[in-house]
Amino acid sequence: MSDANSTDQARRKPPQTKYDYSAGPPPVTINMSWCKACNICIALCPTQVFEPDRDGKPVLARQEYCTQCTLCWIHCPDLAITSNYK
Amino acid sequence: MATVVKQKSDVVLDYLRPGKKFPSVWCPGCGNGTVMSAIIRAVDKLGYSKDEVVMVSGIGCSSRMPIYLDFSALHTTHGRALAFATGVKFAQPHMKVIVVTGDGDALAIGGNHFIHACRRNIDITAVLINNNIYGMTGGQGSPTTPDAAFSTTTPYGNAEKHFDVCDLAKAAGATYVGRSTVYHAPQLEKQIATALEHRGFALVEAIANCHTYFGRLNRQGDAVAMLNMFKERSVTTAKAKEMTEEELKDKWVIGTLYESTEKSEFCEEYQKLVDRVAKGGR
Repeated sequence: MSDANSTDQARRKPPQTKYDYSAGPPPVTINMSWCKACNICIALCPTQVFEPDRDGKPVLARQEYCTQCTLCWIHCPDLAITSNYK
Repeated sequence: MATVVKQKSDVVLDYLRPGKKFPSVWCPGCGNGTVMSAIIRAVDKLGYSKDEVVMVSGIGCSSRMPIYLDFSALHTTHGRALAFATGVKFAQPHMKVIVVTGDGDALAIGGNHFIHACRRNIDITAVLINNNIYGMTGGQGSPTTPDAAFSTTTPYGNAEKHFDVCDLAKAAGATYVGRSTVYHAPQLEKQIATALEHRGFALVEAIANCHTYFGRLNRQGDAVAMLNMFKERSVTTAKAKEMTEEELKDKWVIGTLYESTEKSEFCEEYQKLVDRVAKGGR
């Protein structure tokens, strides 16, 4: 993802959700030892919660944007992502 | 710290075989893993116990799946998964038999077993993961490699015609036929759940990505690009009714394609025969 895109994303207001991640656990947990950096979760996330790290594995860059749409963990081929919310 | 509550996404981890080394052997982004989690969620939704389910597989990338799942497992010879599964179902009719097979495994090497399992209408759920190529052995063309597609054995384009798996199963006598793709994972989960509950031979074709061979040789890009292609090229059964043959040429119709409860199931029919003969009838 380019820097310009990231800045746009950062300026945007987080969506209204019923989840408050500042109090509880993070929206999703990523098992880094199972992840193979296939990029599917980063590409499919509709609110761009993830950013790739140096190895291409996802890190939670904008967790307040997460709407618990389930797309990332339903598509993860390595079962590396689990949600912490219902 | 809040108390630990069991989350919906955690059920997948409960069904993994303890002591297995993860990550799996599949390539990064391979659709087999997505199908595996869909199968687990379908089984969990229906509430089957682990001892109640048998998973049978042949040889191939997709057939590595029973190794990772904590069900009763049978890893058999190439193409013969459905033949072994018929034996399992016949001996233990109360068990739920899931056959995980690939396109080459089921249609080329085991093509004969496939049509005869369909014909008998035995209560087996076959999940056929179709990636259009032989992935494990190096990208050779399979019976589902599309016309003019490239593979290592068809370097100038495939001259052969390909199988439509769902039409083949329907024509051979399967009583439930469904199709979905790994992009439509929630729908795939529903299809597998319906197929498991169906009494009779149920086939679910899961269209999966092999970006390592098929995607690379046919310039379809990486896993994400192939998933987006599945999204664009899939049409639902309701929408397909309004489209012409020409428009449907390069599309996959996804959803429940055929369902029938008229045909009797093989194990029941055989039990009737046993009862009749035991009474002294002919």
